[in-house]
Amino acid sequence: MTQLALVIDLNVCVGCHACVTSCKEWNTSGIAGSMSDDRPYGESPTGNFFNRVQSFEVGQYPNTETVHFPKSCLHCEDPPCVPVCPTGASYKREEDGIVLVDYDKCIGCKYCSWACPYGVREIDEHQKVMKKCTLCVDRIYDESLPEAERKPACVMACPTSARLFGDVHDPDSQVSVAIREEGGYPLMPEWGTKPANHYLPRRKTKLKIHEDELIRADNPLKKEGHLPTPDESTPTLDDSTTW
Amino acid sequence: MRKDLEKAEPIKGQVEVKNTTCYMCACRCGIRVTLRDGEVRYIQGNPEHPLNKGVICAKGASGIMKQYSPARLTKPLRRKPGSDRGDGEFEEISWEEAFSTMSERLEHIRKTDPKKFALFTGRDQMQAMTGMFAKQYGTPNYAAHGGFCSVNMAAGMIYTIGGSFWEFGGPDLERSKLFIMIGTAEDHHSNPLKMALSKFKRDGGRFISINPVRTGYSAIADEWVPIKPGTDGALLLALINEMITQGLYDRDFLVQYTNSAQLVNLDEKSSEYGMFVRAEVPVEEGCFDPQNKLWWDRNVNKAVVTHTAGADPRLMGEFKLEDGTPVKPAFQMLVDRVKEYTPEWAEDITGIPAETIRRLGHEMGVTARDQKIELPIAWTDVWGKDHETVTGSPVSFHAMRGLAAHSNGFQTIRALSILMTMLGTIDTPGGFRHKAPFPRPIPPCAKTPRGPEGVKPNTPLGGMPLGWPAEPDDLFVDDKGEPVRLDKAFSWEYPLSVHGMMHNVITNAWRGDPYPIDTMMIFMANMAWNSTMNTEGVRKMLNDKNEDGEYKIPFLIVCDAFQSEMTSYADLVLPDTTYLERHDVMSMLDRPISEFEGPVDSVRIPVVPPKGDCKPFQEVLIELGTRLKLPAFINEKGERKYRDYPDFVVNYETEPGSGIGFLAGWRGKGGEKFMKGEPNPNQWQMYEQNNCVYQHELPKSYQYMRNWNKGYLEWARHHRLTRYAEPILCHIYSDVLQQFRLAAQGKTDGKQPPDHLRKRIETFFDPLPFYYETLESQLTDKHKYPLNAITQRPMAMYHSWDSQNAWLRQIHTYNYLYMSPELGTKGGFEDGDWVWVESQWGKVRCLCRFSEAVEPGTVWTWNAIGKQAGAWNLEPKADEASKGFLLNHVISEELPPTPEGEHLSNSDPVTGQAGWYDVRVRVYKAEETDEKISYPQFKPLKPVPGQEKKRKPWMAYFAGKGKRAS
Repeated sequence: MTQLALVIDLNVCVGCHACVTSCKEWNTSGIAGSMSDDRPYGESPTGNFFNRVQSFEVGQYPNTETVHFPKSCLHCEDPPCVPVCPTGASYKREEDGIVLVDYDKCIGCKYCSWACPYGVREIDEHQKVMKKCTLCVDRIYDESLPEAERKPACVMACPTSARLFGDVHDPDSQVSVAIREEGGYPLMPEWGTKPANHYLPRRKTKLKIHEDELIRADNPLKKEGHLPTPDESTPTLDDSTTW
Repeated sequence: MRKDLEKAEPIKGQVEVKNTTCYMCACRCGIRVTLRDGEVRYIQGNPEHPLNKGVICAKGASGIMKQYSPARLTKPLRRKPGSDRGDGEFEEISWEEAFSTMSERLEHIRKTDPKKFALFTGRDQMQAMTGMFAKQYGTPNYAAHGGFCSVNMAAGMIYTIGGSFWEFGGPDLERSKLFIMIGTAEDHHSNPLKMALSKFKRDGGRFISINPVRTGYSAIADEWVPIKPGTDGALLLALINEMITQGLYDRDFLVQYTNSAQLVNLDEKSSEYGMFVRAEVPVEEGCFDPQNKLWWDRNVNKAVVTHTAGADPRLMGEFKLEDGTPVKPAFQMLVDRVKEYTPEWAEDITGIPAETIRRLGHEMGVTARDQKIELPIAWTDVWGKDHETVTGSPVSFHAMRGLAAHSNGFQTIRALSILMTMLGTIDTPGGFRHKAPFPRPIPPCAKTPRGPEGVKPNTPLGGMPLGWPAEPDDLFVDDKGEPVRLDKAFSWEYPLSVHGMMHNVITNAWRGDPYPIDTMMIFMANMAWNSTMNTEGVRKMLNDKNEDGEYKIPFLIVCDAFQSEMTSYADLVLPDTTYLERHDVMSMLDRPISEFEGPVDSVRIPVVPPKGDCKPFQEVLIELGTRLKLPAFINEKGERKYRDYPDFVVNYETEPGSGIGFLAGWRGKGGEKFMKGEPNPNQWQMYEQNNCVYQHELPKSYQYMRNWNKGYLEWARHHRLTRYAEPILCHIYSDVLQQFRLAAQGKTDGKQPPDHLRKRIETFFDPLPFYYETLESQLTDKHKYPLNAITQRPMAMYHSWDSQNAWLRQIHTYNYLYMSPELGTKGGFEDGDWVWVESQWGKVRCLCRFSEAVEPGTVWTWNAIGKQAGAWNLEPKADEASKGFLLNHVISEELPPTPEGEHLSNSDPVTGQAGWYDVRVRVYKAEETDEKISYPQFKPLKPVPGQEKKRKPWMAYFAGKGKRAS
């Protein structure tokens, strides 16, 4: 059975927020829209974003890592937001595993957002419905789009291609290979939610220079006479051996 | 969403898709704009565009909120009589009134003293047009933002290797294995660098970031090397020292392709002291390095002309010519210079352990030496030698304002360029590669007039407003050696200020030094806020009057698409269009979007009609130029020559019949030519049909080694990118700089600096890079002000360009001062407290945030998030004004006056680059009784006529319901 998901490569994510605003611009005018903004030009502006980037520091100076961490609905295989919904508005699709909200049924009670351990649901206070990442369900099956563009807007936008999209149940998909080969991990597996989205960890490339690599017969200094050869007149074994 | 809609039944509406070019920052990615019922529904990266290949950034994806921002200006405005500048009291006028006011005024100035009109522009991407207008008008007082941005990067590299980073060249990360990013903020530049960086990392490359702060790109570096701001020069010189000590340099490259082996005259009595010895062979004169210098050939043990067949020159040693002149190869001069710059010496200055500096040097040197790339591409060098392959070393660099925005930046960037050259990585695979129209001769050929005679009434300027001095005689000074330009660019104070000095224009005009002006026109630059140093002072100057009641700067015209702090000071406000509403060109005459593989230029084509009475600034200039009868804008009969800007772009030629115009693609009557060819009436359509971009891919054999590549140089000459097909040797040793030093020493016959500047010129025009503490730091009590303060801008914001953007401002609504927690421990304050940050120039109150990702002697913040209350049509209580702050208030545009009362710019003494990052500060806790609001505060601005006044408490944008149709 298909389970669509995002795999996010923290090794290359620079925290640019392209995924955040490209999601907003696609979805606010799409079938999951609109996405409201409160006090858009005033104090403490805040609005609906299906995808947000959190940046934090790990470790102490100078051994500090700065981590950029994009987060959206993880489309859990066992989503805790679904059983708590009193109206059946929150549901998981059988055909592709996407977790969606039926706005016509949603009463905006927020049970689902309390149940979600990842904090990725977004209440629209004006329409009084819960909204969230749809994996751009109105793009990925749209046959009027070129095939290469039948992807979530965030995936298309990402300048570092840190966002991979595909079926994590297909062992040969790009996302499954990445999870398998590059140490992909889910968030908080201890909650038993089985998030479909995965993250790829940072990887470090190091370079070891051996001391003897600095010594070379073709050192250009030799040509300038700057790697000295000993003077012929200085003593050698020849002056003292007795064999 | 509704369940019955989840199969994505299309939302009703008339859908159109149009291509154009982004302008949410300076990268100029290709975009595809989807409209629904005429409203912008979606802006995506154009997958068929060579620059961004379909990706887009946070800013680009938020263009909708720029287009529909309530900060838009929609009407020409005149300051209400009796109101003060800065009050923002305006009345609406017609364009005809605006044009007649301007043309009357400008006509009179042009007739009497054209230099009294000053035109300065921000990051406008239309310097080809604005510069041409200034030249036609006849004023020398023109420049764009380069002087306060990154001119050190341009000048330092171009005066050394004939090219520079960003638009004109960059790291070849496709083939690189080791990449060092030093002094680069988050968006210089944006998508192309992000794309390359991610691919580079995934291909197993090693990425080292040297920066006082670890954010953005540095976050994904394999190693972060924190450094104290302004000390990069010390690090780079120590690296050069280590490479020489270990013999980790590419000797063949230095001999063949640089001036390393050329002999320098060391006869102290000679007027040629420190210059290259020239052979007595007649050479063609022109804007290039004549190939008449000497090598010391080891085979015959005497001097021979460079590149003599079979010669094998010495790079080190001391020799005597037959006439007894003592000489040394340039490389020996460098060896002598860096002797004292040991890693241990640099450790104290930079804060980087000597062991780390050595290791960095070894990583660079050994990778370059042992991982040579050889591409099966045959090419021929300018000396006629055929090469079967192109070889390179996979070590590359990128640097930007972190190096540039210091008063020692020019020499620092010289050092970086020399390091890159020593590794043999100039225009080679895996190293630095040029982008057309670079490389250029060192220095490039464009020149300003050489004196006041170049400025005459009713006459175009006798040269370019901006140029590249090759010798003291190229300076733009009068017979006393005093500046002709208002900003004092190209004077003895800042001789190589090749991008002008916009950061001093207002102060100089206000003071009347070197002279008062009449009219200043500012396009797209926030000189009353984040684009100026000494913000509060400059605002006062803009509003200051003489005793007779006349403003010190009598008339101020500002053109912008948005209401800003700057527009509030204007006497006349001209509403510009947005990037989605106009034609634009990314011209080969300005800064095109070329790729390593060949020239690329591009255009914008409107996707929506202009809002209100907005008019593109180009149209304003064409209308003005026509009314003023500037020669380029009228025909032989003295009548209008160009209908509008698109017509101008198609038909304008740099000289009649030159075949060179603003666009390089599809020239010739049927679009069959490129670079050069007669105007093509269908040029715009051809761009439109081709994703708004023209790309010419050079043959592989012309894609590398272009400084010395015979085929490429001849191609460039044939297509008129350059006048000469002469080699461009990298200047390890700069005899260009030495000429200025000789003039300062009184050893030359030509122009001489005024006496009070002799010492300054002699010191800073060193033909070899050297390290000195930044000028402001030298003049600051560092016990009192122990910290360096720097800024960078976030990837999701581009200066104040985006403060009106409803989505982006939710990401960065206000800014903190980031600092090591140690400072809080010492100062008795906590994370998130209100603190004062104070320099010798002033103080600002702001919120602090502790960070482990910053060098402990440095504090930093995001630039241009803080705003004046009410500016950009934000509500006066918006966080940008109450919690956000602008560090510029504690940065000065001038150094403390000299004892003689002389005012020198707070800039690099060679290039005039604004020393933004030189400021020293202290930080201390704000009093409990202090207001919990950032300081300073200014009177809130009100919306102006033609602007949306009603504020919505909330909004939900949905394209296509007609509510927002323009």
